[in-house]
Amino acid sequence: MTKARVIVTLKNGVLDPQGKAIESALGGLGFAGVAGVRQGKVFDVVLEETDPAKAEEALRKMCEQLLANTVIEDFSISIG
Amino acid sequence: MKSAVIQLPGLNRDRDMIAALTKISGKAPVTVWQTDTDLPDVDLIVIPGGFSYGDYLRCGAIAARMPVMRAVAEKAAKGVKVIGVCNGFQILLEAGLLPGALMRNASLKFVCREVKLQIANANTVFTNAYQPNQIIRCPVAHHDGNYFADAATLERIEGNGQVVFRYADGTNPNGSINDIAGVMNENGNVLGLMPHPENLIEAAHGGSDGRGLFESVLGKAA
Repeated sequence: MTKARVIVTLKNGVLDPQGKAIESALGGLGFAGVAGVRQGKVFDVVLEETDPAKAEEALRKMCEQLLANTVIEDFSISIG
Repeated sequence: MKSAVIQLPGLNRDRDMIAALTKISGKAPVTVWQTDTDLPDVDLIVIPGGFSYGDYLRCGAIAARMPVMRAVAEKAAKGVKVIGVCNGFQILLEAGLLPGALMRNASLKFVCREVKLQIANANTVFTNAYQPNQIIRCPVAHHDGNYFADAATLERIEGNGQVVFRYADGTNPNGSINDIAGVMNENGNVLGLMPHPENLIEAAHGGSDGRGLFESVLGKAA
């Protein structure tokens, strides 16, 4: 089994209204000096594949085809 | 003119769409379930609005990967007309049949109200019953209608006349870039829009401004 974590974030330059709202709420709680918040998604995926290279290749395809919308989102994959 | 309405779990505007197509064309559309891969021989395929798969992952993301959407893509490639309204628009974008993406409304609020729409391109199979730049009324109801495309894509679709509907008179309800409310593909046979023209087609709705879209694509009612 291979355990992997996929992180999907909005691309630079794509407006993130939810991140902005969170940033403003943090300010409201008294956390000064928050210069920016971007919201993303985390997927913990368990694969039967044991070869890390093959697992990463499969995850890349999963990201491109479903987990991320590459029009607006970037993804990163970490294994183990 | 034969039409089909795609049905997926969580869509809830299919009945309104079936009623609109039936009233305006005089013929009831065929309904097609998400697992069907053999679409009937129709001139128009409509993906109605709603909340397919509970908007899980991203609006329309799961629906866009269902078997029926591969069949829709094949039909679209052959020139069959396809319209996606609201969640249907989100599904067409996620399926890669239209350019851009729809994001959470800039206000972060669900909007349910009437807006003004400008017919930004009246020279399409979807809008030829309207006048160029005509302003119509239309209802909207969505949480993720904030249209986005990168600068190069935006320049391309604006230059090609692929922007078909624009929010007008300061009524942009969601922060969409360039006030974009509806876009079509480069071939001009696939259209997606956030507003609900099917909900403004007769006096009982309080107006019939949405009728023009159906009259354009279906031909005037027999």
